[in-house]
Amino acid sequence: MTKHDQVLVKAQNVKVHFPIHKGIFRRQVGSVKAVDGLSFEIRKGETLGLVGESGCGKSTAGRAMLRLYELTEGQLDFEGVDIAKLNPKELRSVRPRMQMIFQDPQACLNPRMTVGSIIAEPLDEHTNLSTAEKREKVKGLLDAVGMNRDYVNRYPHEFSGGQRQRIGIARALALDPDFIVCDEPIAALDVSIQAQVVNLLQDIQERMGLTYLFISHDLSMVRHIADRVAVMYLGKIVELAEKRDLYKTPKHPYTQALLSAVPVPDPEIEAKREHIVLKGDVPSPANPPKGCNFCTRCPIAIERCRTEEPELRELKKGQFVACHLAE
Amino acid sequence: MDVTDLRTVFHTQDGTVHAVNGISFYLEEGELLSVVGESGSGKSVTMMSLLKLLPMPPAEIVSGMVDFDGRDLLELEPEELRQVRGGDIGFIFQDPMTSLNPVFKVGFQIMEPLKEHLGLSEKQARKRAVELLELVGIPGAADRLNDYPHQFSGGMRQRVMIAIALACDPKILIADEPTTALDVTIQAQIIELVKKLRQKLGMAIVWITHDLGVAAGISDRIMVMYAGFVVEHAKVKDLYKRPLHPYTRALLATLPTDAEEGEDRLKSISGLPPALHEYPNSCPFAPRCEFAFDRCQKENPPLMEMGDGHQVACWWDVEKGAPR
Repeated sequence: MTKHDQVLVKAQNVKVHFPIHKGIFRRQVGSVKAVDGLSFEIRKGETLGLVGESGCGKSTAGRAMLRLYELTEGQLDFEGVDIAKLNPKELRSVRPRMQMIFQDPQACLNPRMTVGSIIAEPLDEHTNLSTAEKREKVKGLLDAVGMNRDYVNRYPHEFSGGQRQRIGIARALALDPDFIVCDEPIAALDVSIQAQVVNLLQDIQERMGLTYLFISHDLSMVRHIADRVAVMYLGKIVELAEKRDLYKTPKHPYTQALLSAVPVPDPEIEAKREHIVLKGDVPSPANPPKGCNFCTRCPIAIERCRTEEPELRELKKGQFVACHLAE
Repeated sequence: MDVTDLRTVFHTQDGTVHAVNGISFYLEEGELLSVVGESGSGKSVTMMSLLKLLPMPPAEIVSGMVDFDGRDLLELEPEELRQVRGGDIGFIFQDPMTSLNPVFKVGFQIMEPLKEHLGLSEKQARKRAVELLELVGIPGAADRLNDYPHQFSGGMRQRVMIAIALACDPKILIADEPTTALDVTIQAQIIELVKKLRQKLGMAIVWITHDLGVAAGISDRIMVMYAGFVVEHAKVKDLYKRPLHPYTRALLATLPTDAEEGEDRLKSISGLPPALHEYPNSCPFAPRCEFAFDRCQKENPPLMEMGDGHQVACWWDVEKGAPR
């Protein structure tokens, strides 16, 4: 595996809070702390996996990385430039370098546009290519994602889920980006098709030297594609480590529970394995518990967890954990 | 329950689609049978055909017998069938978001089958509904009866669905991808719950899923479906240790393995499952199969017995690497 040293994206204490308004005067009565103080780095050429249950803020975090949401607080460096502070015009010049692949390939493609115009739209916006050049580029992109060139004039509904996801990928690639946020790109697909899309993403990464933030709740798929993995819970990172460390020696009780909840496709191992079954659901991010966010569901919580919030600390080289008890 | 030669077709504008093509299987008391396959392989349609839950037309059950307690379910009058649905056979649908009625309180939706099938009074039904919600592990059950579905989270809604399905002590529970829409931790909770309930209530369960990982943990037997055919059927241990059909093997291979480094690419199955407009004369998996040879194009393999209840529908012997 290659060394990734150069930092591409650096998030420092990023917060995204959505205000809650109530009453006739729409006064702000509180806020949903969807992302509450994320700090991490994404290195050039690597894939950082971001996992967590639904509602933990991973999609919000992914969008915040592209400044599709305004940050409530924090700094977000993209190649050393803090994009959280850029004005709209400056931001526009950085946009082509960061792209996104969405979860639902059905909903993210305009049903009234042809495949060709969907893929060419970013080119219309950000480049001065001639029509002929654009057409060539679109065809090249279709080749790159393994689709037939003749599909340019077809509409999204004519394709299956996996193919639509390929169109979404081609669109994301159109402007030769450096950084792509993949927001659950395979969650809506069938198992056999998932494998195809994941393979495609890996091929493209190798060919074009892309950096991915891969958001998923499928831990086994993240294990396959990611170099490092961050586990989120209720707007915060609870553990961040090299893939191997995280899966072999998970330190945070939440990571341990998540990993044990993934079923193994082998009845004999499955019968012997011990499952940590978490009780209850994720608490509401509008009203997070005091102390450690996870203390309401944690099987090993002590008194200290209910009063004092744990810091994300480096337990051993490259493995960060936010838990009082982890050692 | 004993199902023989079940065939369901859909009459569409583009012609007839053969969704279920002569499926036979049995379900013994207290056992858990998993039905595995990609979307479009006919898993759900098969199970819904059993209770005639499909809209007819366009669907039509062409032939088959569903023997349940000495009665053929397909021959029942609508009124009798109503007694079976939700009474002896409970059904959990895939999507907990859409299968509860948003304008009725959860309590009402649980009590409805109790009053209907068991003839309980309002008071008795309410008491039973609280018991059921407690059984599926919803805290504060008595209060939550007055909540609407949108006030529940996904996992909780699925629990409510399970509670409704269990309301009348069914002998058989059919669960159609009950955990697919849920997070892994919630999935683990539901699986744990189903295991517990099964021990307590001793019902037979049909578990439809596309996740071979989930199926491994809970099933006694597994039936793999493709294009409306059963292509492999075995006890759970045999299937994972000795998968005999190329499709089963391919499905297992698409899962990312634990093997750390070295593995770069996932194996994928190219192409899509077919929509059968005509009853096939060849093996429906042949176009996607790496072992396909001329016999596969000419003859559709029947389900063949391989010993110890392990059945497979394939002309190619993957173990010997030669035609059968």
